[in-house]
Amino acid sequence: MALIEIRNLHASVDGKEILKGIDLVIEPGQAHAIMGPNGAGKSTLSNVIAGRPGYEVTQGSVTYLGKDLLALEPEARACEGIFLAFQYPVEIPGVATTTFLKTALNAHRKYRGEGELDAMQFLKLVREKTRALGIGDDKLRRPLNVGFSGGEKKRNEVLQMSMLEPRLALLDETDSGLDIDALKVVAEGVNALRSPERSFLIITHYQRLLDYIVPDFVHVLADGRIARSGGKELALELESRGYAEFTGAAA
Amino acid sequence: MAAELSTVDQVQAVADDKYKYGFVTDIESDLAPKGLNEDIIRFISAKKGEPEWMLAWRLSAYRMWLTLEEPHHWARLDYPPIDYQDSHYYAAPKRKEDGPKSLDEVDPQILETYKKLGIPIQEQAMLAGVVAVDAVFDSVSVATTYKAKLEEMGVIFCPISEAVKKHPDLVRKYLGSVVPYSDNFFATLNSAVFTDGSFVYVPKGLRCPMELSTYFRINEKSTGQFERTLIIADEGSYVSYLEGCTAPQRDENQLHAAVVELIALDDAEIKYSTVQNWYPGDAEGKGGIYNFVTKRGACRGRNSKISWTQVETGSAITWKYPSCILQGDNSQGEFYSVAITNNRQQADTGTKMIHIGRNTRSRIVSKGISAGRANSTYRGLVRIMPKAEGARNFTQCDSLLIGDRCGAHTVPYIESRNPTAKVEHEATTSKISDEQLFYCKQRGLSDEEAVSLIVNGFCKEVLQTLPMEFAVEAQKLVAISLEGSVG
Repeated sequence: MALIEIRNLHASVDGKEILKGIDLVIEPGQAHAIMGPNGAGKSTLSNVIAGRPGYEVTQGSVTYLGKDLLALEPEARACEGIFLAFQYPVEIPGVATTTFLKTALNAHRKYRGEGELDAMQFLKLVREKTRALGIGDDKLRRPLNVGFSGGEKKRNEVLQMSMLEPRLALLDETDSGLDIDALKVVAEGVNALRSPERSFLIITHYQRLLDYIVPDFVHVLADGRIARSGGKELALELESRGYAEFTGAAA
Repeated sequence: MAAELSTVDQVQAVADDKYKYGFVTDIESDLAPKGLNEDIIRFISAKKGEPEWMLAWRLSAYRMWLTLEEPHHWARLDYPPIDYQDSHYYAAPKRKEDGPKSLDEVDPQILETYKKLGIPIQEQAMLAGVVAVDAVFDSVSVATTYKAKLEEMGVIFCPISEAVKKHPDLVRKYLGSVVPYSDNFFATLNSAVFTDGSFVYVPKGLRCPMELSTYFRINEKSTGQFERTLIIADEGSYVSYLEGCTAPQRDENQLHAAVVELIALDDAEIKYSTVQNWYPGDAEGKGGIYNFVTKRGACRGRNSKISWTQVETGSAITWKYPSCILQGDNSQGEFYSVAITNNRQQADTGTKMIHIGRNTRSRIVSKGISAGRANSTYRGLVRIMPKAEGARNFTQCDSLLIGDRCGAHTVPYIESRNPTAKVEHEATTSKISDEQLFYCKQRGLSDEEAVSLIVNGFCKEVLQTLPMEFAVEAQKLVAISLEGSVG
């Protein structure tokens, strides 16, 4: 069974149609990259999957592990294993990163009918994960994303991903605002999470990220539709030729 | 540990039910007739077996009160006029003799009420050395635990009515010395009719090893409750006092006008913490407690310190300004406050820091949260008197809005009469953003879990000043009081 099956998906924001019939199937273990010009609807696609308020699905279906995903609340989608790594992670003053992680993890465990982790179990787990990502304990004590650099914020997203162990990770322009060193660290973190059960939808404007996180498939999104699909070599082709032919075709 | 666990259980019970404290125990009350006049005051004084000087003080207060007008014009509060003749001013649970000597003698129904509240006294009694409870049921203390143990150390911790009889010198010296009976309409009313409350005296040089705690509870139908609390920390002593409240649910508005006076002598420190979750009224604003409180501490000695922490989540109307008079040189005052208003609740709360002595310091951290159609106002005064050389104040006022029908207001008054003084004021107003909510939900949190997390983060600086026993309770209360505010 496919992990997620998107059929003829149409979606609007403020009454304006952004997605105009998306078809996409992701099997377990696959990494798909969505590329395309600005304003093509790339981020809209990830937001619709995650269930962000304000994104209205007008037509089509999204089936996730055999369930009607669109019928689920955003928090249920999260607990069912859909993780959105935000382009702009949100600051929550006064809430220590570790408190946030623990609350999120326990919400997932509760949803699955498992008991909450106690402080010791949680600490052991979080230590393990932070060590792998090179995140210091001092960062965990700081309020979530408050005063974090761009790289720290994105690394924190990867940390959350590794704690919550999603089935489907949506990376929304994870490379934006990162220098090359930070990009490598984040990509390594993501690559460490790749497994035969876990799938990725990588949204990016540039080919650069795909040098480090190598996708199985690349799709070009233009004017709310998938204009072309191919293997990883398609990304290189786009890098040299740009999106002109797609924006031109749309015009 | 055990005390903490019991608090967690207690809080869990609250979390299971939005407001399960809405019940009335049908204990036959020893009621004064409705209304207020000199006879009623004589009745109260006689019931308490008070000495003549106490009655004289009450009567002076009452005569003064008749000349005062209810302060309606300056607070940002809107409520119908209160008919002061429509209340009972004395209610006591029926007792066998003059009062129970031990827990076994306490009316089982009262114990049952506490059980419903999740404060099993018997359990508390077993938790020796953790929390002493001077439990107040309506107006009369029914059980005072740990008294003997505290007595050994020279600490006096008893109902104020008992102190009036047993420690008249202390009471006469200090009662009304911080909040005189002529102070304000509600304090004057309290001075005339107060029925109970706590008295604490900590002797010289003693660091009181346990948190002193009182659970107040209003139970009698349409009985205004008028506690009077007096805490004296003698030279070089320290005491931490906890006050927590719940009240049964009912339709009539209930008047509550307490007075708390704190006195810290040389090198003494008093920490006073309150978690207030009285019935706030229903979603339409029907019912709920009217809470008009005068709390004031005097840092009379040099190097003394008074610290107020309050978490105000309940009551329909909150009118409360715990203040510090910084009289002694180098004395310090602190005010940490979280005020949460939801639905139709109104809170006008803040503090006054009066700097009189040299090098006096004060710190104010106020966090106001408004949701629903509620209004929350911070009203504060920092006054530096001419002799307060080198006085310092730092004030931080943050307001958080949830939804678009509530209000937050900040009214700081700063009066400096000494050019060497330094006064800082910072204020912010923010909203819980849709972005923050969605971020939390994307990580698996429900709307309510998300609001609770964000609001607790907003209040953290204040909540962490609470004693451990209260911190857990307060965090849960924050969540409970904002249920249904989003989504």
